[in-house]
Amino acid sequence: MSDTTATQPANIGIATEDEVIIGLEIHCQLDTTTKLFCGCSTDYRDDPPNTHVCPVCLGLPGSLPRVNRKAVEYALRVGKALNCEIATEAEFSRKNYFYPDLDKGFQITQYDKPIAVKGYLDIEGDEGEKRVRITRVHMEEDPGRLVHKGGTDRPKYTLVDYNRAGIPLIEIVTEPDLRSPKEARKFLNKLRATLEYLGVFDSEKEGSLRVDANISIQPKGWFEREGRGKADRGRVEIKNISSYKGVEKALTFEITRQKNLIRRGQKLETATRHFVEGRGVTTSSRSKEMEQDYRYFPEPDLRPVRVRDWAAEIALPELPDARRARFMEQYGCSPNHARTLTGELRLAEFYEKVADIDTMLAATWIADTLLGELNYRDLSIVVVPPEQFREVLILLKEGSITDKSGVEVLRVLLDQLKETGACEGPRVCVDRLGLGVIVAAPTLSGEDPVVKAAKEAIAEQPQAVADYRAGRKEALNFLVGQVMKKTRGCAKPADVNTILTDLLEEG
Amino acid sequence: MPAVTFSPDDRYNAFITTLDQAETGPGRLSGIAVAVKDNISTRGIRTTCASRILDGYIPPYDAHVVTLLRQEGAAIVGKTNMDEFGMGTTTENSAYGPTLNPSDPSRVPGGSSGGSAAAVASGMVRMALGTDTGGSIRCPASFCGIVGLKPTYGRVSRYGLIAYANSLEQIGPMAQNVEDVSLLMEVLSTHDPRDSTSISCPYRHTPDPTVTGLKIGVPEEFFGEGVDPRVAAVVWEAISRLEGEGAEIVTCRMPSMVFALAAYYVTCTSEASSNLARFDGVRYGPPADTKRPWHESFQERRREGFGTEVRRRIMLGTFALSSGYYGKYYAKAQAARQQVRNDFVRLFRTVDVIAGPTMPTVAFRLGEKTDPLSMYLSDILTVPANLAGVPAISVPCGTSEGLPVGLQVMGQWFRDEKVIDVAAAYEQGVSA
Repeated sequence: MSDTTATQPANIGIATEDEVIIGLEIHCQLDTTTKLFCGCSTDYRDDPPNTHVCPVCLGLPGSLPRVNRKAVEYALRVGKALNCEIATEAEFSRKNYFYPDLDKGFQITQYDKPIAVKGYLDIEGDEGEKRVRITRVHMEEDPGRLVHKGGTDRPKYTLVDYNRAGIPLIEIVTEPDLRSPKEARKFLNKLRATLEYLGVFDSEKEGSLRVDANISIQPKGWFEREGRGKADRGRVEIKNISSYKGVEKALTFEITRQKNLIRRGQKLETATRHFVEGRGVTTSSRSKEMEQDYRYFPEPDLRPVRVRDWAAEIALPELPDARRARFMEQYGCSPNHARTLTGELRLAEFYEKVADIDTMLAATWIADTLLGELNYRDLSIVVVPPEQFREVLILLKEGSITDKSGVEVLRVLLDQLKETGACEGPRVCVDRLGLGVIVAAPTLSGEDPVVKAAKEAIAEQPQAVADYRAGRKEALNFLVGQVMKKTRGCAKPADVNTILTDLLEEG
Repeated sequence: MPAVTFSPDDRYNAFITTLDQAETGPGRLSGIAVAVKDNISTRGIRTTCASRILDGYIPPYDAHVVTLLRQEGAAIVGKTNMDEFGMGTTTENSAYGPTLNPSDPSRVPGGSSGGSAAAVASGMVRMALGTDTGGSIRCPASFCGIVGLKPTYGRVSRYGLIAYANSLEQIGPMAQNVEDVSLLMEVLSTHDPRDSTSISCPYRHTPDPTVTGLKIGVPEEFFGEGVDPRVAAVVWEAISRLEGEGAEIVTCRMPSMVFALAAYYVTCTSEASSNLARFDGVRYGPPADTKRPWHESFQERRREGFGTEVRRRIMLGTFALSSGYYGKYYAKAQAARQQVRNDFVRLFRTVDVIAGPTMPTVAFRLGEKTDPLSMYLSDILTVPANLAGVPAISVPCGTSEGLPVGLQVMGQWFRDEKVIDVAAAYEQGVSA
């Protein structure tokens, strides 16, 4: 963009001379079987409150933490996958603050000796491939959970559930390298995929990911010149975003809010705001009236963990970028299909379970059709039994159903899955609904259902026939549509086309 | 299950809780009445840390050392009085009233394990567990005229010990003689994976009272300013006696003593300010007022539930860890601590053990120490061992003004056996 474009119409999102600066702090629960500092099970989600607890995770006087080595190993996988420098020794520290969900009055976390620093993750940014720098990755324990009774605005009383206390978390902090809510979303998707490929994270679990986002609007180029801090316009930290969609929504809302403030010439205070998921807005949070002083100091009950040598021994599995390249190479997927299919671990695995039928057919049907139908129903790929989908692909490949019928079959099966968690076999479905392909006879026999339908259409649509004969060939498409309708999509469009042309040429 | 009947005349207020029937079983401590300091968790027996803030708290689990005592058949007959959360040198800072010194009830028993020391000194129990963060086993052992060992840091599991200052404190044995201290130490010292600072180095030892050729370092600083000359004389006499038994006395210097006390108080108050944060009225003690905002109710619970000395130390520690002061205080204290360790490393290149008085004076009168600072100063001879993590024992070595005086022997890391041997040598030399 050249200097002469400095003035722009006011109706575009951000004046050209400004840019959005976004940095993220992501908390992910590591998918270990036991908690970070004790042997309690992490599988608490459907269980009564305070049933996955022991003296350690309740912070009972005298109990001592003990590091879960599996959690450290998981964090090391993340550090390596994010191309970080791994610390020689990682040290745990205490973060001291009072809150009812914090049973020890401090959180065991990492402060000046985190497990990994200075990494990056490549994403597909707004302007092509983009490298987002990772500041640090550190480990910490999840606090308990507060349950407000009698309304969230003015609860009558609050209960504490410590089942979640001590669940291992990693906090991943990015540099402020993201430039739009969409990029932030893309980053999160890529991060999620990476964590899932590593086998350390389960995004299906409720509350397994929480994001704090720092956002500000600065004069373009200012950030690169000045760096962080100094006399910039205020920066807002949005806390409490617990969904992927929420991040994009919260940031979009916040940009509008800040932009309006700037336009009115008001000063933007550096502040913390809360995202209210239900309303899609951020609200000012008054809890930060005083600057918190967490009084970090090294956790005296734990010894530093030597991690660099350990990390060197850890082999990483295939990560999304590598899998994407392989899908293109091995299955001949298009770049877009490959990106979509490898964007989620379970999707990629699903594809590989059915790809043997026909790699291109499978890619197209999963990426272009199945995903959309799943999203529409708010379903995840995990609900789809691969063997049933295989059968749909087989039906399509052998020509037993048309594409249109294929979509219809998928919709019926997904509706059944959403309702009952199970579905009938695709062949059963095709037979039951009479969706099998109608094979047209090689001759224009009046007995043939397709020929019959074509003749009907010609009889019913004299205008279209006249148009066609007058040389307006697009009128044929209209007639094809009529025939498809009459055969409920079960005729092959190519057959219909030939039959219509033959009949029109004859008559 | 056989039981030991326990119905003591607790005229010194040594106990906070007693059990009139205490279970016993087979083992090395079978039938022996053992008292446990009330900051060590005992399943089903209230554990108060001598604080109101833990009113009504009954631990659902046993500390590792309590499990070990039970395994060896010991009868845990009661929980002993102490300075609240271990913060004190007199056992006067207790919500359950002060403990008196059995050798002179107008005097304090020392602290913070004063209840355990008084219970042993008065003969109510044969052995007791104490805890030592900056001298809390050795000081009362010295003041009450019994033997008390602070083991090497890491040699006894802290699992279940309600933390005061995690990086400094150890649980240790207290008894009338070195042999019993050694026996109890054998039971206590096993590796415990639940304590990440626990080291696998079991103590299996029979005291060997031979000191021929042993080099005993005596730092000048242990006989310097603030040490009562009468106490110093008694201790020198004791050290000379060891020389008579064949040991070689080497005078030396411990320059780090200059900042040891400051390093100690910054470290222990910092850790304490964090450790004690969990007592907010949500889970322990009288319930918080749920009608009020939580932070107000937390403040009130903590103001009412903690005693003066505990509040003072929480405030000191909070200050020392504050941003802007961390570098000046906590970080400096850790650097000073390293100097103390270095001093020990250097000295142990040439000597086997280091000896001096345990306390600069004999037991104070009840209520005598009103100024916190002068109280803190009396810990000067005991804190170096905690800062460095080395083993240290106090063994009675005579009297001054008719009150017991303790000889302190400090050894190299994981050579608790050696300090036991030297203490045994002194003890047997005296009785011979």
